[in-house]
Amino acid sequence: MAKRGAVGSAQGDAPMTPISLEAMAASVPDGALLALPPDNSLPSVALAMALIRGGARGLRLLGVPVSGFATDILIGAGCVAEVQTSAVSLGEAGFAPRFTAALKAGTITVRDATCPAIHTMLQAAEKGVPFMPLRGLIGSDILAHRPDWVVQQNPFGPLGDVIVLLPALSPEVAAFHAVMADSYGNVWLGRRRECATLAHASQRALVTVERVVEGNFLEDERLAPGTISATYIEAVAIAQRGARPAALLDEYGFDAAYVAEYASMAKTDAGFGEWMACEVFGQVRAA
Amino acid sequence: MTPADVTAPGPSSGPGFAPEELLAVTLARLILDPTARPARHIAVGAASPIPAAACWLVAKLGHPVRLSLLHKRSGNPFTEGTRELFDLTGQGRIDLFFLGGGQIDGQANLNLIGTGDWPGMGVRFPGSFGSAFMYPMAHRTILFREEHSPRVLVQRVAHVSAPGVSPPGVFRRGHAQALVTGKCVFAFDPVAARFTLASLHPGETVHSIRAATGFDFDAGAAPQTAPPGDAELALLRGPVCDEMAETYPEFCGRIWGRGQAA
Repeated sequence: MAKRGAVGSAQGDAPMTPISLEAMAASVPDGALLALPPDNSLPSVALAMALIRGGARGLRLLGVPVSGFATDILIGAGCVAEVQTSAVSLGEAGFAPRFTAALKAGTITVRDATCPAIHTMLQAAEKGVPFMPLRGLIGSDILAHRPDWVVQQNPFGPLGDVIVLLPALSPEVAAFHAVMADSYGNVWLGRRRECATLAHASQRALVTVERVVEGNFLEDERLAPGTISATYIEAVAIAQRGARPAALLDEYGFDAAYVAEYASMAKTDAGFGEWMACEVFGQVRAA
Repeated sequence: MTPADVTAPGPSSGPGFAPEELLAVTLARLILDPTARPARHIAVGAASPIPAAACWLVAKLGHPVRLSLLHKRSGNPFTEGTRELFDLTGQGRIDLFFLGGGQIDGQANLNLIGTGDWPGMGVRFPGSFGSAFMYPMAHRTILFREEHSPRVLVQRVAHVSAPGVSPPGVFRRGHAQALVTGKCVFAFDPVAARFTLASLHPGETVHSIRAATGFDFDAGAAPQTAPPGDAELALLRGPVCDEMAETYPEFCGRIWGRGQAA
């Protein structure tokens, strides 16, 4: 598949025109480092499904800081080459079946991390510094398997006070789902500010929203603190119920029954295939 | 109380409380342990309904405690995203955290990675979450794992997500206070890096615990784990369940018969 380019739609103070979900998916190049928040933190499941429909391949997923439903379906559909994450889970529905199967089959590379390390690597990228230190981690085998994480003497501390240095991490693409965008491409997602850090740190942020509303969130004191400026947003696409089955703030809840059914079906390749044909490609399920 | 008291408590059947209720009350008493650093701010991570119930019970008993439940959808305490939990903990503002593991060993090392070759080519667990940071940086940690078996409680974990103790000189704020399982409570001594049996849940003996535990531990005359009181059970089944229903609908339905929340 040909490498696909950027499709900026939110430029300066110019009015923003949403792009289609399928065009947004098509703008993600095969092999891209794609950062996704987990089920409790506004994943764009709609974009994950569009990536599957578009035949994305070789994606390197980053869990921010862990991974959930969207990651599992992308792996199951064969879109993923590598996952860097602090955990992969379907919450109360248990382990993520396609992730586990792909790990065992050797079809994906898994790089384990720990939640604050992923946040810290993104915060370093956000600041434009090459690394940031983080306490803890020393004595964990995660560190032993991360040659890119460095243990050094604290330059300001007593001799022997060692600390871990983590490299800045700037994902090529970040994708998440927000409640709404305004006329200028600013997006509002309330208190889920890890998505703001992610947008700041990433080269391109692609955001699906429930709706686009008139006006400018940055001129509203109530909305501005929960807004990510269009400066950081490359494109917006409308995808109603785009986080489903994950929850979206106070707009809709987590669909536990849907995820439980998925977890059951996705235990086998055939079951996942049947689920995907119905839920991603819209085919009528066999009785 | 003797085991006989527990097996024949009432006219109908059972001890009058669910095993999960005993565990929640046991965790709550550990939170309130007067010999430990006071728990003014407790954080609870993902998929932890029994620790969450214990924390809510402490709060509903009237103790001044701040609860930060990472997965609470409405009224989530963090306005800077999930990284705020780790920033708070890095500063020493989290007094108590809960951790578990696919494997836990006799030195309180935790394995959330899996068995077999790295990264869990035998049985893969979900992953380490924040454990490699939270365990050393929280002031104290209560380890919790319902399954008490030789496959979970092992002599030595296959992989260390988070170490139970750290070498001298490595910055570390706290350790495991205790390990609570479906069969007993162990206390942990970070100097000796060793567990001691602290109490036995109904029906268990030192012998049955030894048989179910893959690591060696110290055991004196361990008492029975005190059963929940009526007031604690009433709080769990009422206001605690009310607080938890949104985040843990499956758990609240299974334990307390509460209808699934929207």
